Amino acid sequence: MATRIKKPFRWHILVFLAPAVFVYTAVMILPLFGTLQLSLFRNAGGEQAFVGIENFRALLTDPRWSASFWNALGNNVWFFVVHMLVQNPIGILLAALLSHPKLRFSAFYRAAIFIPTILSFVIVGFAWKLILSPLWGVAPNLLDLVGLKSLFTPWLGKAEYALTTLSLISVWQFVGIPMMLIYAALLAIPDEILEAAECDGITGMAQFWKIKLPLILPSIGIISVLTFVGNFNAFDLIYSAQGALAGPNFSTDILGTFLYRTFFGFQLQLGDPHMGATIASMMFFIILAGVCLYLFAIQTRLRRYQF
Amino acid sequence: MSQARSSLPRTIAAHAILIAYTIIALFPVILIVMNSFKSRQAIFRSPLMPPTAETFDLVGYRTVMVQGDFFLYFQNSLIVTVVSLFLVLLFGAMAAFALAEYRFRGNTLTGLYLALGIMIPIRLGTVAILQLMVASGLVNTRTALILVYTAQGLPLAIFILSEFTRQISDDLKNAGRIDGLSEYRIFFRLVLPLLRPAMATVAVFTMIPIWNDLWFPLILAPAEPTKTITLGVQIFLGQFVTNWNAVLSALSLAIVPVLVLYLIFSRQLIRGITSGAVK
Repeated sequence: MATRIKKPFRWHILVFLAPAVFVYTAVMILPLFGTLQLSLFRNAGGEQAFVGIENFRALLTDPRWSASFWNALGNNVWFFVVHMLVQNPIGILLAALLSHPKLRFSAFYRAAIFIPTILSFVIVGFAWKLILSPLWGVAPNLLDLVGLKSLFTPWLGKAEYALTTLSLISVWQFVGIPMMLIYAALLAIPDEILEAAECDGITGMAQFWKIKLPLILPSIGIISVLTFVGNFNAFDLIYSAQGALAGPNFSTDILGTFLYRTFFGFQLQLGDPHMGATIASMMFFIILAGVCLYLFAIQTRLRRYQF
Repeated sequence: MSQARSSLPRTIAAHAILIAYTIIALFPVILIVMNSFKSRQAIFRSPLMPPTAETFDLVGYRTVMVQGDFFLYFQNSLIVTVVSLFLVLLFGAMAAFALAEYRFRGNTLTGLYLALGIMIPIRLGTVAILQLMVASGLVNTRTALILVYTAQGLPLAIFILSEFTRQISDDLKNAGRIDGLSEYRIFFRLVLPLLRPAMATVAVFTMIPIWNDLWFPLILAPAEPTKTITLGVQIFLGQFVTNWNAVLSALSLAIVPVLVLYLIFSRQLIRGITSGAVK
């Protein structure tokens, strides 16, 4: 009759999952929680003392910390805004041009424009530092060619320009990613839709704004959240171009460099793992908030079309 | 395609914009590599000129070879990248297979748990990772870097590979089962070879951030014998900041291997992205 044979435990599933889950949990998830936990303690005379949210209060309101924190956060927001305003529109424009079916050499353009993305921050930061250096004179020479030499100043050395300059360098490096993702999304639009649009007399720019743009909005959403996570986690470019002090006068300090300085110490200040963990936790909450905002508020409202 | 979508002025404008941007993208790279072959005077007198017989000079490369242990750094980077890549691909494919193939309790939950790492950067756990490595005596070893990069690469690898594993036909696997293959052999003999194209895509995505990373080598393995090339170049540049020949040569040496790899794999990479592997 209906005697259910109890299935034997399927060990192979465990064997397949175990290595990945183990490494991921041990090196990523536990340290993340460990960091959150560390931020609740403070070193008092060699002993760890539980202080609750005291570290966070200090970071946000104590003048010794809060000035640097709000400065870094503000800079980081500007860093992100420049990316959203410059990187993503340029990426979309390039992708729109590349996806034209009759365009020749598109494989070459695609490969060439993606090259900066594969270079390390160290190379990118230093190469631009040399190019913009008044010592070498490449930038003033180039501006001279177009008669704009008077505009040149040592952009990376001036507090009012340095952050924007670095943001633009980062844009230069990463424009390949939105370009590729949007390009993929544009290629996925079926020809029938575009032909139907042409039958209705919608071509050229109008076709882009009215037909293609709505269809690639989900991809733009993903790119925005990737940019957000990448920017609020950035460190390498600033560190290679301006050093851990994020000069001039902390004007290019973002959360990543602030975390590094706090954790390891610099000049006369000693490193402080607990405040470092507090800053890392703040970054965690900021990134988590951004990702959740995207997942629950933006992604669910974007209309997806099934082709 | 119909005629309405292309006209001559529009095509010219498209090419003009693309060429302009290609120049912007390539100019710094070309400038650095070009000037690394010139004498110090020529670097400053005419930075925009390619090296001629007169200005050709390898003094920068000689300084780099004598002063920096770049072969060691290169070797370290290579070991760390290749081993991490191997582990990410193997463990990632195994986990992706388990998640895509079998129905068991907690399947969705495990998938979500593993996907968490796609959005949350591992860097935020640095403080505790350093403590972990200190406690286990792994500071200044390549093992520490390999472990961190394996954990960093796994979430995206599992996500992409499980999408691909789902596309492999069930008939094939069931035929294997009827022939008496164990689940392990089905995975290693049947599924893994079919996943090869997807794995190449994952490999490129995983490799670039590992090779280029500065943060973890700086924090977990800054000692001389374990420096990676990215960290080695960074420190070399800091020390030789006024020796322009050496700086330009070091930068070129760091650019060239990545560029060569990219030119080999760019087709794979672009196909991977455009096939919708990343959504």
